[in-house]
This record gives sequence, C-alpha cells and structure tokens, in this order.
Amino acid sequence: MKNYVVINTHIHNIDGIAKVTGRAQYTFDITLPNMLYGKILRSPHPHARIIDIDVSKAERLPGVKAIVTGKDTLGIKQGIWRRYKELCDEPILAIEKVRYIGEPVVAVAATREEIAEEALDLIEVKYEVLPAVFEPPEAIKKGAPVIHEGFERNINVTRHIEWGDVDEAMKEADYIREDWFRIDGQHHVCMETRCAVSSYTPDGKLLVYTSTQAPYYIQVLLAWVLGLKESDVRVISKYTGGGFGGKFELDAAQFVSAILSMKTYRPVKVVFSREEDFIASKRRTPMYYYTRTGVKKDGTFVARETRVLTNGGAYTGMGATALYLTGFFHSFPYKWKAYRYDGFRVYTNTMPSSAMRGFGAPQATFCSELQIEWIAKELGIDPFEIRRKNGHTPGYEVPGQAYIQSCGLRECLDEIEKWVKSKGELPPNRAIGISCYGFMSGGIFNWFDTPYSFSSAVVQINYDGKVDLFVGAQDIGQGSNTTLAIICAEELGVRVEDIRVHSGDTAVCPPDLGAWGSRQTLMAGNAVKMAAADAKRQLLEIGAAKMRPNIVYDLDIRDRKLINLSRPERWVDYFEVVKDALRGKEGQKIIGRGFYTPHRKGMISPAYSYGVQAVEIEVDRETGKIKILNCVTAHDCGQPINKLGVLGQLEGAVAMAAGFGYLEYMPFEEGKLMNPNLVDYKVMRSTEMPETEVIEIETYEPEGPFGAKEAGEGLTNPTAAALGNAIFHAFGLQMKEVPMTPERIWRALREKKEK
Amino acid sequence: MEKRLIHLNVNGEDYELYINPKTLLVEAIRDIIGLTGTKRGCESGSCGACTVIVDGMSVKSCSVLAVQADGKKILTVEGLEQNGKLHPLQRAFLDYGSFQCGFCTPGMLMSAKALLDENPNPTKEEIKEGIDGNICRCTGYNSIIRAIEAVAKGQYKEG
Repeated sequence: MKNYVVINTHIHNIDGIAKVTGRAQYTFDITLPNMLYGKILRSPHPHARIIDIDVSKAERLPGVKAIVTGKDTLGIKQGIWRRYKELCDEPILAIEKVRYIGEPVVAVAATREEIAEEALDLIEVKYEVLPAVFEPPEAIKKGAPVIHEGFERNINVTRHIEWGDVDEAMKEADYIREDWFRIDGQHHVCMETRCAVSSYTPDGKLLVYTSTQAPYYIQVLLAWVLGLKESDVRVISKYTGGGFGGKFELDAAQFVSAILSMKTYRPVKVVFSREEDFIASKRRTPMYYYTRTGVKKDGTFVARETRVLTNGGAYTGMGATALYLTGFFHSFPYKWKAYRYDGFRVYTNTMPSSAMRGFGAPQATFCSELQIEWIAKELGIDPFEIRRKNGHTPGYEVPGQAYIQSCGLRECLDEIEKWVKSKGELPPNRAIGISCYGFMSGGIFNWFDTPYSFSSAVVQINYDGKVDLFVGAQDIGQGSNTTLAIICAEELGVRVEDIRVHSGDTAVCPPDLGAWGSRQTLMAGNAVKMAAADAKRQLLEIGAAKMRPNIVYDLDIRDRKLINLSRPERWVDYFEVVKDALRGKEGQKIIGRGFYTPHRKGMISPAYSYGVQAVEIEVDRETGKIKILNCVTAHDCGQPINKLGVLGQLEGAVAMAAGFGYLEYMPFEEGKLMNPNLVDYKVMRSTEMPETEVIEIETYEPEGPFGAKEAGEGLTNPTAAALGNAIFHAFGLQMKEVPMTPERIWRALREKKEK
Repeated sequence: MEKRLIHLNVNGEDYELYINPKTLLVEAIRDIIGLTGTKRGCESGSCGACTVIVDGMSVKSCSVLAVQADGKKILTVEGLEQNGKLHPLQRAFLDYGSFQCGFCTPGMLMSAKALLDENPNPTKEEIKEGIDGNICRCTGYNSIIRAIEAVAKGQYKEG
C-alpha cells in the first residue's frame, strides 16, 4: 500500500466543532424575518375521491395568510425518475384523489404555528371513500381497486434480470430448494424531520433552505413543479439531520413551503411533526420474496430463480431502483451459472415506499443468506466453505450486469472464520450467524436525465495557499465533507486544515447527484481528485521553473512541500509556489476543475464493496428473547479514506440494520400506521447495542479515488441475515419474516414444539 | 390565557420572559431566547434531542413547562464551551467521531455531562443506561460510549 500523508489517518470531522457546540444551524433552526408557518391537512382515508374542499371558514381566521390546494398548483405529477413520464405520478398536493392516509390535501400559511393548526380544523373536505387495497397479493388480483389509471392489476413497474438458462441449469442440480419470505418496511427515523423554509421574492427568485440529501435534485424538481427556471431556484442545505435514503426526493415540506411563499411573497417554514414524518414520508420497501435455488452435491451453485412482489404504496418515488437492485443483489456476491429474476412493484393504498440505506439489498441479502445457510446444513457443507466456493473473485463478470475489479470477499471470509473459530465451543444459549454482503459504489443510470456530470468539484487556491473546495456532494452526517477534504489534501499535497469545504448550496456549488446509492466517495471523490490534480498541475509549472528537474513528472507536492521525488531533500515551500503562481497568472486564483460520470461500467455501478459479518446472540430458550452480544465485520471498501468516518458508518449501520432485523416494525391496519411515534416504533438504543469490531481488508479499486469504494450502505445489508442465521443455529428455526420480533420467534418456537 | 413573568438563568445569563404559561421549556430556550443548539426530535419525550441540564439534573425540555423552570439554572450545549475552550466531552466526541448528522449531539452531550456530574466513574453499563433516553440514528452509540469512558478516565482534563 502506498504511504499516504492524510488518507486513513485520524482526522476529525471538519464539521465537528459546529456540531458539538450547537453552532450547526439546521433547517429546523432557521427563522427568517417576516416568516410565516405552514401546516398541511392530510387525508384521513386510504383511498378517496375529493368531491369538494371548503376553505372559507379557515380563510377568515385572523392570521391566516394563504391556503392552497392541488388546484392552486400547476398540477404536475412529478417524480424523480424524470426520464420516464409514466413513473412520474405524484402531484404532492392531491388532485382529484387521495391514495394513502396522510397524503397532503390542503396547506395553510399563517403568522403563527397555532393559527395554522387551528385553520386546518376549519377546512372542510368532502370525500367519496373508495375501496382500498393494502397488500400486493390482493392488489394484483383482477377486480382490485384501481389506484392509478392505466396500470393493469396495479403493477407500477416490472424489472427482469436474466443470464444463462435457468431451466437447463436446474437440471444439473442435485438439490433444489424453494422458499417464501416476507420482509416488512422500515422507517428512516431521521432525527431532523422533513422541513423547509422557502422565500420567494418579487424578482421571481426562490430561496429554499431544506433538509435534504441532494440539493441539486430538489432545485430541479421544484423548478419543474413551480414553473420556474432552475437557476432561479436556490437550495441551501448546510446541515442535514439524517437522510438514510429518505430525503432525496421532493417532499411536501419543500413543495408546500415554496408554493405558499410564492402566494404570499413571505418566507414560509414547514416542519413535519414526528407523526407526519412517520405516516407521510417514505419507507424501506416491503417485499414478498419467492426464491428457488439449485445446487450440486458439493455445494456448487448452479441456478437461482426469484420472483418478488414489492409493496410500492401509493407512488413511485425511487421504487423502480429498489426493485432492480433487490433483484441484482439477491445474486450477490455469488457466481451463478444461470439466474433469473422477475420483480413486480405493486401500487397499494399505503404510504409510498422507496429508497432506504441498502436500497433493496438488505431484503435480498436476508432471503439469500438464510436460504444458503439452510442448504449448507442440509448438504452437510461448512457455511464458510459453501460461500467461499461460490463467492465472487477479482476479475469476475456478472454476465451482462457488472464487472468486478477489486474484491476482498475471500479474505473477509477467512478473517470471520478465524474469529468464529476463536470463540470455540459456545454455551448452549449462544449462537453465531454469518452473512456475506456487498454493495455498489453509486449507480450508473441517468434516470434523472441530468445534462450535467454526475459529480463535479472546483478547487480554488488563494494567495495564502489556503484552499476553497466546492462540491455538490452532500454531507448528511456520513462525513463526505471530511472525506472529500482528505482526498483533496492528499492529491494537492496540503493538510485538511488548509481546506474549507463548500457544499449544500446550489448557487455556489457545482451540480452533483448527491448523497445516495453510496456514490459520493467514489464519484465525488474522483471529481475532487481530478480538480485537485488540475490545480496542482498549475503549481507544478512554477515549481518546474524553480526546481529545474530532469523530468517534470519527478515533481509532486506532499505535506505543503513541492518536492523532487527522486531527490526528496530538494523541495520548495508550497505557500511560496502558490504566491508566485498566482502573480504569474495575472493575479487570478488558481482554479482546478474536476468531474466524473461513470462510463461503460455495466448495468449497476463502477465498483462494489464486499464483506462478511458475524453476529453472536444470547437467547432465552423459553421466551425466544434474543440479545445481540457481538457483531464482527470484515469489510473491503478498497482503500479506506476517512478512518473515523468508515468506523462510524460501520457501527451506525449495525444499529440500523439490527433494528431492521428484530426491532423496527411498521404494522398497518386498513392502511393506517399503528405506531407513528418513537415510543411504539422501537429503534435501537444504547443499552441494546452490541460490541462491534471491524477488520479492514484493504484492496485497491482501480475505478475509485486512491483505490476507494463505498462504505456507507453496504454495511446495512448483512446484519438481519446474520441475525437470522444465528437464530437458526440457536433454535433450529427458519425465520421467513422480517423483523424477527420476539413475538414471531416465540410463535415459531411454539409451532415447532407442537410439531 | 394570562401571561406570566418568569426568570431563567441560561448558561450563566439571566433572562426575564413574559410568556404564555403553556410554553414548553424547549420553546423558551429555542424560540424566545434563541439558543437553537438544543433540538427537538419528537413530541413524546422519547428521543432526548432536547435534553438540557436544570439545576444539575438532565431534563427533556420538551416535557416540562418553562414556568416549571422559573428561577432555575439551565445549562444547554452552548454553555459547555468556555471562552473558545471546548469541554472535555466535546473534545472526546471529536476524537472518537461520536456524532454524524449531529442532530442528537447537543442532547447526547447534556445527558453525558449529567451522568458524569452525578457519577464520575461510571461502568460501561452505567454509561449505556445514562444515554438510553437519547436516540442516535447515525452512530450506533459505541463511539459515544467510548468518548464518555475516555472522559471518565481523565483523558480529557478540563482547561
């Protein structure tokens, strides 16, 4: 490995001081002069036609400044998959029909929050309640209620992935197993609920502060639905109180605050209550999985055939992506001679489902890894051996889908096997389960139809040698500002404290698709590296004149010194070189530009992370209660860039993914979420958190900056599966529903006893 | 409803507020006094983002009325730092990467401070229990626990 100065060293998060002192100003904290407060009246029905809306009483309430319904908008059905018109189906403020409980119907702006709330009570909406349907198996039946016109059997999107001949390959199998699984949704539970402050001014310009993962998307989508020019919409999102996949589509806080501000020419703030955030944002996609797998006696995988129905809820959002990715990652990280996947995303009268950290892969991984474990047991093959035998290796091509360059899966398996063996014989109330996983480092499709590069960066060096780095990438807590500063510092040869990162402002930062799909380290990282290299080249011109090296490539900048690499004792001070370079450019700042768009990298992503996780649990054999004791992960994210950041991603993912596995549950009754609060919806708390250990397997990814690839979402994929396998080894239970709540385990135990 | 006059001492500063008695302490701190470091993450007193210290006790400021704090000394996250010098817990949080999005961090720091003030040598289990009322959706808590342990062990002396 190369000897880096900054990369993978102990670097504090560059936004840390703001965050630990309370200085960080979130959208939730913003108050503008003359500001109004917006509130949203939501549908109480899962499916109904709007007959009439009477706002006359509410309008007369003193303090009420504006009321809007869907009729006051341009009525555009928007969606983030802009390239595909039929997938743009969400008007945000309902027009004619409501399709889920909580759908926004009317919005009010008033001088005080209480007045806006009181006004909501005075609005009368007449509905004609329509028959509703909540689960995909019912929604696809003939004669089921029609949720959107033109979608036969409520099928919103289908996705097909196939390679090889599954039917032929299955004939070679000595053992075939089929299983059905059901995976529930999960809520993002961002600590900062969705919120926005919009200010529209008489010059026709709109300024929007909002909590988002992708300011550029919000800028473009708002301009579209409001009939404005993109550049007249400025979106600022300096700090985002969590995202996890839930904050990169246009949401009602953004849309409603903007449209109310356009009506009143005053700033309008909209903050979702926790309940609103639960019932009317989006969620991890619930899925019904059928999977059939054929293997040879020796454990060689020959074929897999999978069909998935996903509960799309009322609108598309990012659902089409989740549907594709779950199909792809159900094959991952194994080599299949033949694979066939058919996914159907089904509209129902429930809250829309969309992206959440892992993006379809945690569901896919659970169903795959449990079935593999059961097959291994039936065939009497060691669980590590069956995974090693079939796992991806460097240079492998997933036919028609992906080309794998770096892959540390085998090393990860070795390390986790060592750890498991080191535990020796476990007491009877303890068990360990493992799971392999992997994930993409950003997606390659341009469904958003952006004309811009996927990532861009500008490096500006000032007279004193300090650097302003402008990125469109969005720091939502994962630490991308720090990671990108590290990449910039390493490439340019300065220190992180020499760099100020500017992000989260569409008027200042170059466009970037934002923080989702684990894309920023690789994509924005490549853009930053290129921009820094561009700026450095301009300094080396001056350096060459000063140092007069034999070959110009002998020069580089390392830790604030411009050095001759072949004779490192020869160097000149970086700061002096900058001064000369800037004067030599007629007083212009040194500016470097960089960009990245993936090109010819298969169907999914330029690079993939790999890993193996083991979860050790302690169980109560009577009640089925489980406690997670340890979670050990061997992880290949290429070259780690941000040491504290990677560890933080890993530990945080364990909490979120374990929650998905056994705690977090979204029960609906007739389309109504029964636990829309943090008392009844259980997220992991400190006392439930297991010990976490990480083993970094360093590989070099040629497509990534300094060999780096993703370390954000992939870590959410294995934990539920490893937990499921631990439960299998502890109780002999084959859990086929997620979350594996104590009640479900207890019921399964009782059923097993009765048998 | 008749307004009431109350006195709060927040981070050493005296404030005189003339408020609706229904005003929550968190509203007084954030919306009236203007210290927005303290956050709100729910309406049910279950996330801990609004935790402040009132007369030495950690309190969820969304669950008490401002009038209940009349005459009391309140410490918020803004009061941890002294003349640009970070509090040991703040330094440890930076060193251990004990925050990500940062939204829960002010409340988490106040729970940690209240814990260490009451019990300067907590066990790991006691630390976990001390912050059990604070939800962090990003970090998985372990980095927070390590930071608090380090401060308890005296690795970040004041001053």
